[in-house]
Amino acid sequence: MDSIQKELLEAVAGLHEIPAGAYNIRANGESAARNTTANIDIVSKTDVSGIDIKIKAGTKKESVHIPVLLSQSGLEEMVYNDFYIGDDCDVVIVAGCGIHNGGDAASRHDGIHRFFVGKNAHVKYVEKHYGSGDGKGERIMNPQTEVDLDENSEMEMEMVQIKGVDSTVRTTKASLKKGAKLVVTERLMTHGNQRAESKFDVDLNGVDSSANIISRAVARDNSVQIFKSVINGNAKCSGHTECDAIIMDNANISAIPEITANNPDAALIHEAAIGKIAGEQIIKLMTLGLTEKEAEEEIVNGFLK
Amino acid sequence: MLELKHISFEVPEDGVDKEIIKDISFVIPDGKFTVITGPNGGGKSTLAKLIAGIQKPTSGQILWDGQDITEMSITDRARMGISYAFQQPVRFKGITVLDLIRLAKGEEISISGACEYLSQVGLCAKDYINREVNASLSGGELKRIEIATVLARGTKLSVFDEPEAGIDLWSFQNLIQVFEKMHREIHGSILIISHQERILNIADEILVIGDGEVTDHGVKEEILPKLLGSSSAVNVCDGRR
Repeated sequence: MDSIQKELLEAVAGLHEIPAGAYNIRANGESAARNTTANIDIVSKTDVSGIDIKIKAGTKKESVHIPVLLSQSGLEEMVYNDFYIGDDCDVVIVAGCGIHNGGDAASRHDGIHRFFVGKNAHVKYVEKHYGSGDGKGERIMNPQTEVDLDENSEMEMEMVQIKGVDSTVRTTKASLKKGAKLVVTERLMTHGNQRAESKFDVDLNGVDSSANIISRAVARDNSVQIFKSVINGNAKCSGHTECDAIIMDNANISAIPEITANNPDAALIHEAAIGKIAGEQIIKLMTLGLTEKEAEEEIVNGFLK
Repeated sequence: MLELKHISFEVPEDGVDKEIIKDISFVIPDGKFTVITGPNGGGKSTLAKLIAGIQKPTSGQILWDGQDITEMSITDRARMGISYAFQQPVRFKGITVLDLIRLAKGEEISISGACEYLSQVGLCAKDYINREVNASLSGGELKRIEIATVLARGTKLSVFDEPEAGIDLWSFQNLIQVFEKMHREIHGSILIISHQERILNIADEILVIGDGEVTDHGVKEEILPKLLGSSSAVNVCDGRR
């Protein structure tokens, strides 16, 4: 790996070196490194580009890292990754994509991640997106995530896109069986002329299933953000979606929550708020000796933490 | 030393300029504990904001150790050694109690260092240090955290706008001790806006503000009996003289 790829790897996966446990590092469209363990197998797909990650039932306290790095300007790819997580597992999956575009042609990574989570399994999924490079070429990412949660399983998803991605449409779909639980925390910051669209579509099909989707977003400069969150309550269930956004400069944000109850025992809540940084927050930090700009940075960093 | 010279402050109201502060002049000497009191709506909080730089006077001068700071920003005044505790503390999403104390201190601070300030204001530090300074905290808790940020700064002048508001009676004695200790240890000036007799009681000097003017100013021994014992106290509280 060269130094640019190492920098991307650190930004998206928090890794300085090759991780412990199972991993697959994809660099410029090819598998650069892979490791499997007794419980976690990674197999390349034969029909399309991508991998199958198979985690044996009962696997506990293991992790899989599958970072994607693009440093070659103009590269466009479409990747299909499927995760089969056996019953009773307790695992951490770290994905992420870093694009460094130093050239003038657009670089683009589109990925479809599908999760099949077994009964009583617990999955923590962390996904970070990051772009760098000063070329004129756009850095584009369109991640699609599909989650199928079996009875009493739990999935916690942490999705972060803080810097450098010019255009993104992220789609997350989930369907939950009896007692299953989904918690999504999304943090998004756009700047310059970036555009980000985030769509959630959750079906609460099983009795006592629950979903909590929390998005915190900051839009600066001339960037545009659209947040759409749909929750359908098809059984006795609970669903909550929340979008909290800070708007700055000439940015534009839309928050469109939609909740539908198809069962009288479905308890659904949506909350959405968009506003600029409260003036009194800036004043308070200025009385502690910060400049107006430093105060703004602290408030935004805290908000997205 | 803080000196206010002929300070006036007007705000437009129904198309007419209303005078909130009317040609006020006074001096807060170094190392003194001064309490500003007087009826609600008399201009006390506005005066505190003028000192912190949150409001700028319509006319007059504010001098800090002889230097004219009238046009200086909030940040510059803070850096010169003026601290200000809000009457209604500000809430933040995501910023923790530890973050706020670190920002107040102006340098990296250990968790145990930050906890010390919280303990001083009567908060069990480990329960609070990683909490967000948001609406999940009660008014009294926020108020004490606000006071802790000013303690952490330890500057030459600390201004508190009604620190007792929202603090329960049980914690009140502790608060008095905080101010006494601060007065002893920081050797700076403390300026408190308060209606509480027990806070007036630990003052060196008392300044009475009513209807935008200084109606009385002197050492505690001279002013406090007037406020408490005589009928003039009632008059002062009514805003009449």
